[in-house]
Amino acid sequence: MLLEVEKLTKRFAGLMAVSDVSLNVREGEILAIVGPNGAGKSVLFGLISGLLKPTSGRIHLQGEEITGLKPHVIAAKGIARTFQTTALFDQLRVVDNLALGYRLRTTGGLWSTLVHNRRWQEDKDQATARVMETLGFIGLAEKAFHFVSTLSQAEQKRLSIGVALISQPKMILLDEPSGGLILEDTEEVTGLIKKIHQVAGITVCLIEHKMRMVMGLADRIVVLNFGRVIAEGPPEDIGNNPEVIEAYLGEKYVA
Amino acid sequence: MAVLAFLREKRLYVVLLILALAAPFLITDRYTFQIVIYGCLFSICTLSLNLILGYTGQASLAHAGFFGIGSYGVALMTKNGISFWLALPLSALLAALVGFLIGLPTLRTRGSYFAIATLCFGVIVSIVAGNWIQLTGGYSGVVGIPLPDPIPIPWIGSIGFQTMTAQYYLVLAFLLFSLLVMHRLVYSLLGLGFMAIRNNEVLAEAVGVNTFAGKVLSFVISNFFAGLAGGLYASLVGSISPSTASIEMTFNWLIWLLIGGVATLAGPIIGAFAIPLIMEHLQFLELYRMILFGVLLIVVIIYAPRGIMGAITDLQQKLRASYEQRREVKRASGG
Amino acid sequence: MQLFLQQVFNGVMLGSTYAIVALGLTLVFGILHIPNFAHGHLYMLGAYLCFFFITLYGFGFWPAVIMSMIVLALIGIVVERLVYRPLRDKPHINSFIAAVGALVILENGVIALWGPQGQRIPNPYPGITELLGITMTYQRLLVIVAAIMLIVLFQIFIKKTTTGMTIEAVAQNPEGAALVGINVNRVSAITFAISTATAALAACLVAPIFMISPTMGALLGMKAFIIVILGGLGSIPGAILGGYILGLLEALGGGYLSAAYKDVYAFGALILILAIRPTGLFGREVS
Repeated sequence: MLLEVEKLTKRFAGLMAVSDVSLNVREGEILAIVGPNGAGKSVLFGLISGLLKPTSGRIHLQGEEITGLKPHVIAAKGIARTFQTTALFDQLRVVDNLALGYRLRTTGGLWSTLVHNRRWQEDKDQATARVMETLGFIGLAEKAFHFVSTLSQAEQKRLSIGVALISQPKMILLDEPSGGLILEDTEEVTGLIKKIHQVAGITVCLIEHKMRMVMGLADRIVVLNFGRVIAEGPPEDIGNNPEVIEAYLGEKYVA
Repeated sequence: MAVLAFLREKRLYVVLLILALAAPFLITDRYTFQIVIYGCLFSICTLSLNLILGYTGQASLAHAGFFGIGSYGVALMTKNGISFWLALPLSALLAALVGFLIGLPTLRTRGSYFAIATLCFGVIVSIVAGNWIQLTGGYSGVVGIPLPDPIPIPWIGSIGFQTMTAQYYLVLAFLLFSLLVMHRLVYSLLGLGFMAIRNNEVLAEAVGVNTFAGKVLSFVISNFFAGLAGGLYASLVGSISPSTASIEMTFNWLIWLLIGGVATLAGPIIGAFAIPLIMEHLQFLELYRMILFGVLLIVVIIYAPRGIMGAITDLQQKLRASYEQRREVKRASGG
Repeated sequence: MQLFLQQVFNGVMLGSTYAIVALGLTLVFGILHIPNFAHGHLYMLGAYLCFFFITLYGFGFWPAVIMSMIVLALIGIVVERLVYRPLRDKPHINSFIAAVGALVILENGVIALWGPQGQRIPNPYPGITELLGITMTYQRLLVIVAAIMLIVLFQIFIKKTTTGMTIEAVAQNPEGAALVGINVNRVSAITFAISTATAALAACLVAPIFMISPTMGALLGMKAFIIVILGGLGSIPGAILGGYILGLLEALGGGYLSAAYKDVYAFGALILILAIRPTGLFGREVS
């Protein structure tokens, strides 16, 4: 079991964003978290990645407790993420963004930076190699030295996924990776996610709205509504689950 | 051969370096020479302010306070018999340490609180300098600060610092040192980390950058160099007072940095030379000079926030983009 | 005992000034999120305008105060429009820098117009009274009374009038407010105007007690910020309470400990509190 979430709750001044949520992520699977808007999906990601502190509950990564740790510590432990509103360092170039994603795997600090010792050189070479590799993987090799602001929406999405991947995390949290993209680009992103899963062997946990995309991609699905888990299981089961249908479409659609 | 290739690529900088080294022989007028020396000294101030403000995006308004700590440190130590060459690094380290202590509580909070806390700290340093009469001599300041001790050189004798030429090379050496450090910091993963903090702090944390540690490090290094410049200033000018650490100095450096160009290495130096030079020629405006300063600051931050260097790089990019566009068109039309 | 009470009285008077100034600042900083570093200098300008109207046009004290408030309100609107509004969506650091520019213009503008030396405004209420062995000048009493009246008026304004409630709405949720048709720009302008007008009032009341000088606003502005941070951004009760606490702290500290360093106490308090509670005394976690 890669990630164990135990009875996680987050309260924001009177609003229960996430309520008593428990779920597990198995190593090597693609888990999708779905649910209507405001169901608490992004908040859940925030809790797992350390951006938010839970009101109660615990999170374990490979047996080690990571509840309430700072985001950069959790990132170093191997959980990478993307954000719903594509978060990139838009004042910098594509290669800089990727290098920053890789940074946590380097060992040099102030001293090695100032004196340019062997450790600095090794870090630099490794970072360069990984950046080139990742550029190829996400298909942005031609735009390597371009500034982020010159990229298209789809390219920016791919870049943000690349930034999450480059540090070879154990698990990657993708928050609506196809958000705002047209069908063609959505398929591109789906392909990339499959590649991440099969080629790089990284466990994927994603939040998505587009049910069709999720059905064809996920091994298991967890459905949230009003901050609670209302269903969990393989895609076929979820598609026929009356509670899920009701949550999304309203009562009258329950067969 | 790699060296030659490197030199060819950076020929502009090589030329500038040669000019800088030859300066005492090229400048004949004492007054101009004085301005050049100050320009070099204050370039260290703007370069270091640039690290915390331009690259890491944290508004430190206490810079002159740390400059003051460096100044008073050297002044008091050298007047009590400690060699300048020991007093200088010690004072710079003191400035860095105080910066660390102030930074710890204030960098954990939101940016506006840090800005205000540093603004207050800068003023407090002036107040303390003016009132701690036993230590600092109060508002009349400290006078008679000795020049740096001569450096002995085997067989030849020693290099003294009585002449302006020697003083110039001293300041130039420290400027080049500061530039080297800044260059290494900025063009590195560490430097990228600083820029990440400035650009998107939440994302920086998510990709594993310890943003608090980064801010503190940047602040401490920045203050070290401010203290270093302060110590140099004290020894070369010979007398200091609480106005050396005044908030007006911080505002000056801020304007020079802004107009020259934040988040570049050339910008702070351009600003530190060009703006005082222009202001010199505007002496006749007297008080209105400062008002002009204020207006300039507002206009620049709203309409040209990246200053002169920013305008130059924008132009370069536009030119490159239009060049590539024309190449595309040519290629498409089979030309 | 008598010394103590005297210092308490001074502290309350000082605190009244701080409370009014902090109140205006918390509106702008807490509600509009504009770090108006120039607030102290605007306060200073208010005092000078009062001086200007009295000496040049021969106005009486109260007419001069009202004119000063009106002019400063207008200047506040101009500053908000020209200096801060263009930077609304930019990184906060740009606003700080612009604020520095504004304060440099104000300080040197005043020096250019009226010279760097201090000026005196004739005291409209000379005369002293004694209570419990404390000497109270009428002018100082006036400051305290005016502060209390202003605070009460303010609460009424915010809770009962439409404009006041609109300002609160924008404070809580600018996007929501815009969606229901509230003109956020107009609210910004009005809030800023109120902020500067109250600063002018405080300045004019205090001016006859001390001398006025171009630098009188600098330290006050910083202390106002410290009060606002410690009292909680946007919290009017916090600003008021904080103002009085600081006033008492300075008066008692200055009287019993050291007068020269009285300005340092506020700063020390700030560092201490931030070290323990990074969100300020009554601040909220930014989610």
